[in-house]
Amino acid sequence: MNMHVDERRPAPMSGHERSRHESSSQEAGQPVTRNPHAGHELSIRIRDLSLWYGESQALNKLNIDIFQKNVTALIGPSGCGKSTFLRCLNRMNDLIPGVRLEGLVEMDGRDVNAAKMDEVALRKRVGMVFQKPNPFPKSIFENVAYAPRMHDLVSRKAEQDELVEHALREAGLWNEVKDKLHQPGTSLSGGQQQRLCIARAIAVQPDVILMDEPTSALDPISTATIEDLMDKLKKQFTIITVTHNMQQAARVADYTAFFHLGEIIEYNDTRTMFSNPHTKKAEDYITGRYG
Amino acid sequence: MSQSFDDISAQLKGRHRRSARLKWISMGSLGLAGLFLVLFFADMLNKGLPAFQQAYVQVELDYNEDAQRMGRAAMDREIAPLVSRSFERLIPGMIRDNPDLLGTTEQRWVLANSEVDQYLKGHRNQLNEAEQAAIDELVDSGQVALKFNTTFFTNGDSKMAERAGILSAVVGTILTMLVTLAIAFPIGVMTALYLEEFAPDNRLTQLIEININNLAAIPSILFGLLGLAIFINFFGVPRSSPLVGGMTLALMTLPVIIIATRTALRSVPDSIRHAAFGVGCSRWQVVRDHVLPLAMPGIMTGSIIGLAQAMGETAPLIIVGMVAFIPDVSASFTQAATVLPAQVFTWAGEPERAFVEKTAGGILVLLSILIFLNATAVILRKKFERRW
Repeated sequence: MNMHVDERRPAPMSGHERSRHESSSQEAGQPVTRNPHAGHELSIRIRDLSLWYGESQALNKLNIDIFQKNVTALIGPSGCGKSTFLRCLNRMNDLIPGVRLEGLVEMDGRDVNAAKMDEVALRKRVGMVFQKPNPFPKSIFENVAYAPRMHDLVSRKAEQDELVEHALREAGLWNEVKDKLHQPGTSLSGGQQQRLCIARAIAVQPDVILMDEPTSALDPISTATIEDLMDKLKKQFTIITVTHNMQQAARVADYTAFFHLGEIIEYNDTRTMFSNPHTKKAEDYITGRYG
Repeated sequence: MSQSFDDISAQLKGRHRRSARLKWISMGSLGLAGLFLVLFFADMLNKGLPAFQQAYVQVELDYNEDAQRMGRAAMDREIAPLVSRSFERLIPGMIRDNPDLLGTTEQRWVLANSEVDQYLKGHRNQLNEAEQAAIDELVDSGQVALKFNTTFFTNGDSKMAERAGILSAVVGTILTMLVTLAIAFPIGVMTALYLEEFAPDNRLTQLIEININNLAAIPSILFGLLGLAIFINFFGVPRSSPLVGGMTLALMTLPVIIIATRTALRSVPDSIRHAAFGVGCSRWQVVRDHVLPLAMPGIMTGSIIGLAQAMGETAPLIIVGMVAFIPDVSASFTQAATVLPAQVFTWAGEPERAFVEKTAGGILVLLSILIFLNATAVILRKKFERRW
């Protein structure tokens, strides 16, 4: 098997090549798990994940390992399945009628799609930030305090205040909103709203934060702020972000997965991916030959 | 081949003319609708406002022995025919309740009968010329006058036009609407919540949805038949009562509330639901904490409009026996009662001229309540309108 194994980094995996050799190899997904980078622990393990919307297949036998406390970027042309894949990780696809799923999404040694797994518990550990900032139409304070209160993370008023301040500080929003905590969250600017959504996700104290093109609706300055924030937050959280913007992936991500037509063509550490991609398709996409 | 500006202008002339014509036609129809509205209101006010005034006569009451048996004996022989018989009948009772009155006299303004009332208002009446002249004299001396008609608001229906009031119908309407609201609002909102937020989209729910929409278009009198067959004949709910009327109207209001609620729920953007699911809300928490508060103004507006519609309904109530002569103000949900539109309907069938203004007066009261309700709905919607 023609695998490109880098000594210092977890093995890149080419789904494209893998599928070609699938019948001959029993250990198709193994290189990724066998060689995690020192200090990079496994967060989510995906094996042979396929997904159908009704009759049409959106994801085809994905295999990928996501590592803790890193930023993993998912790139690829529109309709390649990267957002669909992201939604598999906190079972947001459950909300879409007619979705059928096969394969394994494993976190903490548990299959997140198992009948015994409560999607509410999963979403407590896997938070999400959406493409368009979507703060609740409540006050800034309530936006952050609502979920921790719901999950019984705070009991006393003081604890709640403390947690709200902590989450807003982490999201780099505290100084801008500390005097207007009781104004509606929707009164903030787009970039501030998105950071409020990040604060809301942080407040639940998740392990993983999924970001679905978090900056696509924002101006360049707000985008830069969010990118800095992702860099800071990865010390505590595992961040998986979908992006249309390859430069953004190059700037913020430690690992990058290239999706094409519902398959992962290449998964590699970001530097390799952008300087020396191992697959022709990824190279063509990254150099702008299509997209 | 390119066209010159002149060529294009020549073509455009016809198009502009047609759009101008369409504009005038639509403005004309709006004007016509406005004109009808003005005419309707002018006619109602013209006919109905006199109902809020009533002729009163000043009489010298002499509580003598004869008055204990026959009220008329207490009054001057010339004035007595002008006084409402309903007051004459009260006199013996007054003396019985308060024996000290016996042997005393008293000056008092009392209800005149409806002929005097109609004469003073310049309407057709059955008084002869001598009687009319006598009344004119009394008016000049200040013993007969039109005053604000409190009786209209404090009495129930009566066969004597001057004593007929709207109170029993107002109370009946309130009781009936309470029943309607208590049944239709929770069931309607819960049904809509289930269909919109919880139910899977399959054949069965689509069938239910189509049938609910059809239900909104069913002639209301059929709901009356349903009420008669099921509530009265099967469950034995007392007929003519606000309870059975309210239940029947609730059936009619349900589809309106369901449809309004579903529209309100659908207008809540999915991004809010996703945000809530994303932080780990269960389905019920998403609905209770995020979707329902946002949809509430729309739900309230729809419910108020549904209620206003039910309030103006007469046909189904004919069948359950609420369109009837009900002089007493009902004190409970199971006593016989009538409602405002039914009262208007009853009065409209009375032959006496004095009931024409009662009819119009009743319509004015009903319209005021409906306008108030609809204004409340508009204000609620404006006040809680949110942008996201």
